[in-house]
Amino acid sequence: MAAVHKSINRIYGILLFFITLTGFAQMPIFKRYYIADIPGFGWLAQYYVTHVMHYIFASLLIALCCYGVLDFVLSRRSLTQISVSGLVKGMILLGLMVSGGLMVTRNLPGVYFSHILIYAMNISHIGLCMALITASFYTLVKKKAWLK
Amino acid sequence: MCFSGKREQTMTSKISRRAFLKGSFTAAGSVAVSSSVVRAASSYVREKTESLVTVIDIRKCIGCEECVYACRDSNAKKFPSPVRPFPQMFPKRVPVEDWSDKKDVTDRLTPYNWLFIQPATATFKGEEFEMTIPRRCMHCENPPCVKLCPWGAAKQEPNGLSRIDSDICLGGAKCKSVCPWNVPQRQTGVGLYLDILPSLAGNGVMYKCDRCYQKLEQGETPACIEACPENVQTIGPRSEMIEKAHALAKEINGYIYGETENGGTNTIYVSQVPFDQLVLETGKGRPPMEKEEDRMADGSNLARAMLLAPIAGALAAFGKFYNRVKEGE
Repeated sequence: MAAVHKSINRIYGILLFFITLTGFAQMPIFKRYYIADIPGFGWLAQYYVTHVMHYIFASLLIALCCYGVLDFVLSRRSLTQISVSGLVKGMILLGLMVSGGLMVTRNLPGVYFSHILIYAMNISHIGLCMALITASFYTLVKKKAWLK
Repeated sequence: MCFSGKREQTMTSKISRRAFLKGSFTAAGSVAVSSSVVRAASSYVREKTESLVTVIDIRKCIGCEECVYACRDSNAKKFPSPVRPFPQMFPKRVPVEDWSDKKDVTDRLTPYNWLFIQPATATFKGEEFEMTIPRRCMHCENPPCVKLCPWGAAKQEPNGLSRIDSDICLGGAKCKSVCPWNVPQRQTGVGLYLDILPSLAGNGVMYKCDRCYQKLEQGETPACIEACPENVQTIGPRSEMIEKAHALAKEINGYIYGETENGGTNTIYVSQVPFDQLVLETGKGRPPMEKEEDRMADGSNLARAMLLAPIAGALAAFGKFYNRVKEGE
């Protein structure tokens, strides 16, 4: 069982890395700062490629989160078992999924959002991403698990 | 994500109906969250009205540039007033794009020229053609410039026009990169980036045709359409204009451009010459007239497939749960 948990943790880490990378690639920074010039990294400056990749990694992350939450519930664990850092990361992930889901909906043809909502979605998505990176680094360094 | 707590709970026959129901409700909840996102979104979605489409009858254009100057007059207040000296850009490769001393340029798109007349030649059925084509933003139905702006600086109105908010734009030019026609043009030394990290992020503001939204809001016609002495352009509801464009194309045995390009645009050109036969001078600020696939299509298809993600996660968890129950029996 521990091996399974380790594997899932690893998959989560890989997904988090790539979804963050492709998310940052939505901003015009990788070309500006020569990162896309590194052989093998040119795709980071191709917006449509990183856009599609971001969607794919988001789908996988949503599936993994749903799996994790359901597995937790079906294992009859108490909510009090969730660590503070786990709760914080979970809430941030939920916020990212809601804001990201809204952005995905906005990107569909024929969908018109008010400008204030578009702006709020963009800012909250970037802000929550930064918060998740910070929280993830903290839990990694301090070796904090999702559960107590 | 893994809930690898210290207490490793072993599943036995202790799994009760309560746990199963709890799990079922959570599964339903996770699907509901994804659909509630869509519901929440739709409550903020503006009421969809029929898009306004312009039909441009290329045969009629005489290249007088009346539309170009009317556009400049109508939008003069929106043009940039850059602050000098420009910030030292880092790294050095970031280009300074300054059109403030070339405001008179009218033969291409610039931050001060949102519409230009593009000359074209063609040989078709043994006949030589010389044409002049008004070129500006196509106002895509699903505009990548609006949808993919990472900063939320671009917006689309329910009437189909897309525009860039110069108070918010940072000038990263992603909108230009994702636009099939590279329409938006940048002016350095103006906008919000000057107040944030002027050397490190952003590079000015992007400008393009906003279809004289201020005039449309007043029930008026965009300046380029109003000023044209030859009535080259007609504006109206999408269904009407599509019908009109097809009727015109049928009448002149002609061809249509813009109806399906990039998934559909709100600008439709009608010409007596096939558009792939046109010889145009293209390049910076001079957009091509090539067949354009829907660049947002892959993202839109994936977005629909994304609804399956929570279901897949739930099925995996239930599968694990089922196996545990089976082992416990």
